[in-house]
Amino acid sequence: MAQNLVQLLRAPIAIGLIFTATLAIGQQRYFAEKPSITFFSDGLVEDITAANKKVTSIFDALNGDIAFLMNVKDFEFSNKLMQTHFNEKYMESETYPKSSFQGKVTGFNAGTTGAQQVKAVGKLTIHGVTREVDVPGTIVASSGKLILKAKFLVKLEDYKIVVPQVVWDKIAQQVEVTLDFDYRPL
Amino acid sequence: MKRFILSLILLSPCVVKAQQDLLQQLEKDTPAETEYAFATFKGTRLGNGHTIETKGGGSLEFIFGHRFGLISGGAYEMFGLDQAYVRLGLDYGITDRLSVSIGRTSTDKSVDGYLKYRALRQSTGVKNFPVSVTALGGVAYKLAPKKNSDVSPTYEDVDRLSYTGQLLIARKFSPGLSLQLMPTLVHKNYVESYEENNQFALGVGGRVKISRSMALTAEYYWNTSRPDNNTLPDDARLYDAMSIGLDIETGGHVFQILLTNAIGLTERAFITETRDNFFDGDIHLGFNVTRNFQLKKKKEGR
Repeated sequence: MAQNLVQLLRAPIAIGLIFTATLAIGQQRYFAEKPSITFFSDGLVEDITAANKKVTSIFDALNGDIAFLMNVKDFEFSNKLMQTHFNEKYMESETYPKSSFQGKVTGFNAGTTGAQQVKAVGKLTIHGVTREVDVPGTIVASSGKLILKAKFLVKLEDYKIVVPQVVWDKIAQQVEVTLDFDYRPL
Repeated sequence: MKRFILSLILLSPCVVKAQQDLLQQLEKDTPAETEYAFATFKGTRLGNGHTIETKGGGSLEFIFGHRFGLISGGAYEMFGLDQAYVRLGLDYGITDRLSVSIGRTSTDKSVDGYLKYRALRQSTGVKNFPVSVTALGGVAYKLAPKKNSDVSPTYEDVDRLSYTGQLLIARKFSPGLSLQLMPTLVHKNYVESYEENNQFALGVGGRVKISRSMALTAEYYWNTSRPDNNTLPDDARLYDAMSIGLDIETGGHVFQILLTNAIGLTERAFITETRDNFFDGDIHLGFNVTRNFQLKKKKEGR
């Protein structure tokens, strides 16, 4: 009885071992060591701009999976009052403390050098609202590191970020988000 | 063939799990942090007195405090608007935690200065602390009357000085509700015969947010060193200062509309020299207006 069981499982175990070994060798995960997400809003009276340098991100170069996670409170403004309003009134950071993106990058070839035009498709979560987005960008592989850059527009009302009439002229309804990440292998 | 299919079935969960792991791994790897309560109040003033809030580093705030005459003056007095007392002030954030403030009041021609230090912050997470505590120390100098002899034969310049020491203790209970306690010590170099030089008051107050930009406020300063009103003539009676107000915040301004019995705009004046009885209908309309400017900008964003 036991003999038969061993016989049955021999092949799956062998295949399993080979499969796991392949996974281990093939996996090339990168971790963001110099992250930067900035956003810019062109207001009539005042420009609104802030930067978050504490974003965490992992990129799997083999299968293209990518994820970003950040605290909304880590966006730094030069105008402190603006930073307070951003967190207290518009982003409601106490209720929605984090923003994230999870998706897949296509068009990236681990072996190629030079700039590559890529696209990330996935779920972007801001202010508690998750939407499917499609973001173009570039990745440059250089001396084992990856430099990722992207720029895209975010419409405030898509994420239920409400800007009252009174400050309408100060805050544009669209925000331009810029990503600038240096990744190193994990 | 059967064995091959069996292995595929046994191993398939591993592949799917790897793809969904990235975001979860980031969430796991994020170290536990301390969250500090912010925007406990919309501005640096609650009603007549201060809140725990200090200006951000490099921020300058113009603050105009107005108190009008008695509403009971009726239409003839334009419900008090004909009599206006003003304090013009500047608050500057030296750092995020230390603010300095100067001002001048028209009521008694006082000039005043304060230092405000945010000593402790309410936080949750790695560091847990239930309240925010800000310490305030201030000096005021009465410029009126011009001649010392107008007050009393022994009145000297140094008698025009008064000092305030205050601990502001507040807790943000929820995004919409914040409450504050204000133990305060006022020292006046010169006092009337029925007054103490050192007066201790306990203030209580709070705000309730009624919309993203508006809040209702209430404030009461219980002066424990107040002389007994039964021993004073009618026109010299003293009352605790209180106010109820509406805060409206738009961009860089905070407008506070107040109903108060105090016309004094410094701690010395409103805590120890308020002569109107709120509960008798002796109410003044008042407002505080603040305008914020960021003076020192760090090179951020573009």
